Amino acid sequence: MEREKLLEVRDLKQHFKIGRGRVVKAVDGISFDIYKGEVLGLVGESGCGKSTTGRTIIGLYDATDGDVIFKGENVHDKKSKAEKLKFNRAMQMIFQDPYASLNPRMTVADIIAEGIDIHGLAKTKEDRMNRVYDLLETVGLTKEHASRYPHEFSGGQRQRIGIARALAVEPDFIIADEPISALDVSIQAQVVNLMKELQRDRDLTYLFIAHDLSMVKYISDRIGVMYQGHIVELAPADRLYENPIHAYTKSLLSAIPLPDPEHERTRKRIIYESKSLGAVGRSDEDSSIPPLREVEPGHFVSLTDAEYEAYKAQLV
Amino acid sequence: METILSVRDLAVSFHTYAGTVQAVRNVSFDLKKGETLAIVGESGSGKSVTSKAIMRLIPNPPGEITNGEILFDGKDLAKLSEKEMLKIRGRDIAMIFQDPMTSLNPTMTIYKQIAEGLKQHQGLRGEDAKKRALELLTLVGIPNPEARLKQYPHQLSGGMRQRIVIAIALACNPKVLIADEPTTALDVTIQAQILELLKDIQQKTGTAIIFITHDLGVVANMADRVAVMYAGKIVEKGTVDEIFYEPRHPYAWGLLGSMPRPTDDPNQALPAIPGTPPNLLNPPKGDAFAPRNPYAMKIDFEKEPPMFQISDTHYAATWLLHPQAPQVTPPPAIIDLALKYRPDSAFAKSIGKGGAE
Ligand SMILES: Nc1ncnc2c1ncn2[C@@H]1O[C@H](COP(=O)(O)OP(=O)(O)OP(=O)(O)O)[C@@H](O)[C@H]1O
Ligand SMILES: Nc1ncnc2c1ncn2[C@@H]1O[C@H](COP(=O)(O)OP(=O)(O)OP(=O)(O)O)[C@@H](O)[C@H]1O
Ligand code: SF4
Ligand SMILES: [Mg+2]
Ligand SMILES: [Mg+2]
Repeated sequence: MEREKLLEVRDLKQHFKIGRGRVVKAVDGISFDIYKGEVLGLVGESGCGKSTTGRTIIGLYDATDGDVIFKGENVHDKKSKAEKLKFNRAMQMIFQDPYASLNPRMTVADIIAEGIDIHGLAKTKEDRMNRVYDLLETVGLTKEHASRYPHEFSGGQRQRIGIARALAVEPDFIIADEPISALDVSIQAQVVNLMKELQRDRDLTYLFIAHDLSMVKYISDRIGVMYQGHIVELAPADRLYENPIHAYTKSLLSAIPLPDPEHERTRKRIIYESKSLGAVGRSDEDSSIPPLREVEPGHFVSLTDAEYEAYKAQLV
Repeated sequence: METILSVRDLAVSFHTYAGTVQAVRNVSFDLKKGETLAIVGESGSGKSVTSKAIMRLIPNPPGEITNGEILFDGKDLAKLSEKEMLKIRGRDIAMIFQDPMTSLNPTMTIYKQIAEGLKQHQGLRGEDAKKRALELLTLVGIPNPEARLKQYPHQLSGGMRQRIVIAIALACNPKVLIADEPTTALDVTIQAQILELLKDIQQKTGTAIIFITHDLGVVANMADRVAVMYAGKIVEKGTVDEIFYEPRHPYAWGLLGSMPRPTDDPNQALPAIPGTPPNLLNPPKGDAFAPRNPYAMKIDFEKEPPMFQISDTHYAATWLLHPQAPQVTPPPAIIDLALKYRPDSAFAKSIGKGGAE
């Protein structure tokens, strides 16, 4: 059965002008699909363009080039206010920093209800508050929290408020930009469990951005690895870990310390050099990177012709 | 091994308008020459306050060391004057702070920042200082050090900056290095480089390291011994293997259990620790972890557990170690590790019988 594509990203580019004619190619031609109901993880080192990808998809930045097609419609073409509003409701974002992303002068109820108000989802004041209470309960908080202010909450609780705010408008698709990085390990597990549960119960689709690879593996169906504005490998989550092919992916996976001393005593880190297999961005002028090739079903890797031949040869 | 730093019954409080925050409540540990002691625990458990107390960097007011001794080199640091402490801080005991950007001065070149300490503590100037600064940058693996010395912090990447902070901390070959989450803000590749660097330097110089983190992967990688903190107290301490393969405190179980592992089944919920840490304004009586502890007994809410000794090196403060405590079964991830690596330990055997003793 053909799965329904919720989001299609086609050759998306985001180049920032940073003065004196210089340009940062934060995202430089990436393409991928997200199917309805799945979690696509996006990983890669700091500065590789993960947040920019998320922010460009949701329209916080105008794309330099490329298309974002959401439910079959090209979202960046949306002109009328009504169209934009509809789109804003269907796609929501959860931000990395639970401390900075909530307005300190608003009560929790007003923060959560902001979207409800904008989209006129509540018929009465009572309906509005009932929705807020339901949402608080959904994310594991209580009614009593509604009248409080963000500074009265711990990091994990604030991130729950951010999730409640995103859920308030009943979106189909949520972009979560490092939703747990700022939290404690023990609290990270609470928030990830909550996000997974919501996904199942409400048939949500996520783009889950992170640089913590262990958590990403746990929550994602498929994972894309970004390096310098490009996707260099994209595969089902377990295949990426069992059979990483791109040299950058290998180095990234081999660098994760696991909570197991015996394993750590023998772990060997693979060092990525930009001359390695599938290396990208060899020089500023040459931004051409090898295309993604499907090396096994659903597993795409950026490889040159020669590298691809070498890979196939090594299989037999 | 020779003990070089000994913290005894350390207590630190902050007097705030809302009341007294008991941030560190009678913490004791020893640090041996050349070893790495990791301090783990969730946010607010008192890790940074403990290390700042050792450096005598607790702001007063509002903070105050209310009890205990910090024995180093025959002296009790808790009682030294600021003038005496100046001779120790940075020279004998150095610290790496979490955010490399806030611990570097943005308006000074890298060279100036390194040279300042060299002048103050070692009387090095001019060519001598320059030579030592180059040596240090080379030691921390910075390529092209000559050019780097002339640069300002913002011209360097996060990983480079953290190396500079380490270079400054190492300038005087400190006997003790306190690293407070030195890699939390960095990504895995850079983190791996910094951890390798610290181990390498420790081998060369014999520096003892106190490594503060809440990443248990990093602990497994770095530590010889581990102290687990909860709500201002050490609730369990032992060798790294004892803590990972024979943990006894339910908080340690929770912490170890909630780390995702690549082998986890994505269809099962991660074992999270429910609830939030206690408020240290009014620390609860009894075991502070009791309200979040699925194994809590009546006594946990009433009486604080003492430190029970399990081996020469392993201690835990939980009533579950009392001879009359009932048998309980630790979470599956804990059992798996114990049976895999320490099948002959008393802990593993007790699980085999259907519960910890
Ligand atoms: N508004 C902007 N103007 C100019 N450059 C930008 C802007 N936003 C991001 N960049 C640059 O684009 C690149 C990608 O940044 P981005 O924030 O997307 O990285 P990231 O992968 O999310 O990293 P991190 O893991 O640190 O959050 C970086 O070099 C960054 O400095
Ligand atoms: N200057 C201060 N005034 C009042 N309270 C303080 C002060 N500094 C620290 N505290 C309190 O002391 C407790 C312990 O804080 P500490 O910084 O040691 O935590 P931590 O274990 O290092 O946490 P994290 O992992 O978040 O860094 C916290 O409850 C904190 O709010
Ligand atoms: S780094 Fe050395 S020289 Fe340095 S100030 Fe500090 S202790 Fe002294
Ligand atoms: Mg980002
Ligand atoms: Mg701290």
